Amino acid sequence: MPEQAQKTSGSPTPEVRDFLRRRREQIAQRWADEPLFRSVFTVSRDEAVEAGKSVVDALAQVADAERVEDPDAAGFAAVREQLARMGAARSRAGLSTGQVSTELAALRPPVENLLLSDLQGASADHTRASVTVLNVLMGTLRVVVMQTALSEGQSLIDRQRLQLLEVATPVIKLWDGIVAVPLIGTLDSARSQVVMETLLETIVEQQARHAILDITGVPAVDSLVAQHLMKTVAAARLMGAECIVSGIRPAIAQTMVHLGLDLGNVVTRASLADALGYVLHQLGVGIVTPGPNGAVPR
Amino acid sequence: MDTAAGAQARLPIRSDMDLMWVRQHVRQMAAALGFGLVDQTKLVTAASELARNTLVYGGGGTMETTPLAEGGTPGLRLTFRDEGPGIADLEQALQDGFTSGEGLGMGLGGARRLVHEFAIESSPGAGTTVRVTSWVGRPPLRREEV
Ligand SMILES: Nc1ncnc2c1ncn2[C@@H]1O[C@H](COP(=O)(O)OP(=O)(O)OP(=O)(O)O)[C@@H](O)[C@H]1O
Ligand SMILES: [Mg+2]
Repeated sequence: MPEQAQKTSGSPTPEVRDFLRRRREQIAQRWADEPLFRSVFTVSRDEAVEAGKSVVDALAQVADAERVEDPDAAGFAAVREQLARMGAARSRAGLSTGQVSTELAALRPPVENLLLSDLQGASADHTRASVTVLNVLMGTLRVVVMQTALSEGQSLIDRQRLQLLEVATPVIKLWDGIVAVPLIGTLDSARSQVVMETLLETIVEQQARHAILDITGVPAVDSLVAQHLMKTVAAARLMGAECIVSGIRPAIAQTMVHLGLDLGNVVTRASLADALGYVLHQLGVGIVTPGPNGAVPR
Repeated sequence: MDTAAGAQARLPIRSDMDLMWVRQHVRQMAAALGFGLVDQTKLVTAASELARNTLVYGGGGTMETTPLAEGGTPGLRLTFRDEGPGIADLEQALQDGFTSGEGLGMGLGGARRLVHEFAIESSPGAGTTVRVTSWVGRPPLRREEV
């Protein structure tokens, strides 16, 4: 018993810090299943877990500095942007500030349960003290998110969107005379304008005769996206390049049929590889397995 | 209810960026309610069409999402509302290929084919309300039912 008494007499904050470091992975895994993380990181669960880990790290750092009540603690700095983005994403999805706050509050119980199971056998006082530290810390996290989400969330999103517009449109040379554009994300009017200009420039530069528009990364094709695609195809055609649209996923194909959209006389292929194979065939280029000395005839 | 899919929500439709949020939100709700990938895509696409009409022709408005349950089957209702000029000739507007702008004229008629229930209310000067509903696991309407 004396040993226990000694172990529990110190400040509970370092213990919570050690707990956060020790259970980093498990906490992040549990958070990834909570509505807040689940609904912000819809594409990949790994991303949610990674985001969760960096939040746990920040909390541990704040606990390490004994600043659990301080929303301005330096430890929060590393995750402030990420938290802002998450909070802003939720409020833009139609949640009120109160609802966002409730989702944040839901992050506490899974951590508390882990802490309690780690504290099995500790004295009731010590357990209570540790849980209190954790609760204060999670409350502070909530304040941080609400602050940042309200102040910088929207402008941050707008800024990033503009950046995305500029960087997300590479035109790739696949072969002599063949270029490809892997389209990713929403093809709104602004994006498709950028895509079209970049593609046309590249067609001229590379003297390309074939262009592959790959839409594997486009989440939905509605009438406006289809219209943009067809305009791009028509413009490329005027520049002397034939377009192929690849990567129409089955769900999108079915939706397009119901919507009543077809891409006219545009050649389509299931995948970028199929499209490349098709064009090479058109060009009379045969792909031959390398000979024993590794030479590839071309 | 308090889950991601459970809450009724109203989203503004005032800009291109709002359209993006509308699609995201519908995708998330449909997934959380148990819609399969194809049905999610259909709902998102219908929402995209209707929300863009709200923005472009209605001068902006809102989308309301309502999760439903009927005899154990989950469903999702989307209501698009604007206070714009309204539509004088609904039949013409619903016709494939009719556009008063620069579109393909496929939005309204197409959206109707992508969902299970479709209702539109509009009169000149009084704005437009379009309400669509789909149910999890129910087969799509056949052409002749539309
Ligand atoms: N909310 C609305 N308010 C006023 N008029 C509308 C509204 N929604 C649609 N309309 C009218 O109905 C017509 C047909 O709409 P529809 O969505 O089918 O085609 P579009 O928007 O013109 O083109 P697309 O959707 O294919 O890009 C529009 O051109 C417009 O005149
Ligand atoms: Mg339309």
